[in-house]
Amino acid sequence: MSEKTLTRMDLTESVFREVGLSRNDSAQLVETVLQYMSDALVRGEQVKISSFGTFSVREKAARMGRNPKTGKEVPINPRRVLTFRPSHLMKERVAEGNKR
Amino acid sequence: MIRSELIQKIADENPHLYQRDVERIVNTIFEEITEAMANGNRVELRGFGAFSVKKRDARVGRNPRTGEAVQVEEKHVPFFKTGKLLRDRLNGKS
Repeated sequence: MSEKTLTRMDLTESVFREVGLSRNDSAQLVETVLQYMSDALVRGEQVKISSFGTFSVREKAARMGRNPKTGKEVPINPRRVLTFRPSHLMKERVAEGNKR
Repeated sequence: MIRSELIQKIADENPHLYQRDVERIVNTIFEEITEAMANGNRVELRGFGAFSVKKRDARVGRNPRTGEAVQVEEKHVPFFKTGKLLRDRLNGKS
């Protein structure tokens, strides 16, 4: 498997090819999409993209952790974490595409 | 927020764009990410997060109803890791 990493630039290029916008505007729109999704999540909303997946925010309670190097106990503050649950369609495509 | 609301919001704030183009733009972005993972690639969006593919080894599973052992094949699953900036924003930093 020759692994490649896609970035904003690749998404911008796809948008540029798909719609008759300039590269600059395409980049701006990619940024806007990520920005709006982030803003909704920061407000505590779920972001549900059909046939892609669902991003949701979970509250984690405070707990005692341990520094694995020193063995010392350290308190971990309550915090919010983001989880992504891929849709069935995405799971199927990823499983199918990586089969050998 | 769902896909159609995301599209609507972008269309509202970009009146110079056709709604149908905004739809194509948003769909293209999600399609490209899925397609990349289907090809075994990573997608790294700094500040937001990274999508990657994880391999799950073959294992012997069990039918929970009958207790029967079943062979589960190796498979690949999508994975998302939140970016540092978004993680910080979720917790009120920056």
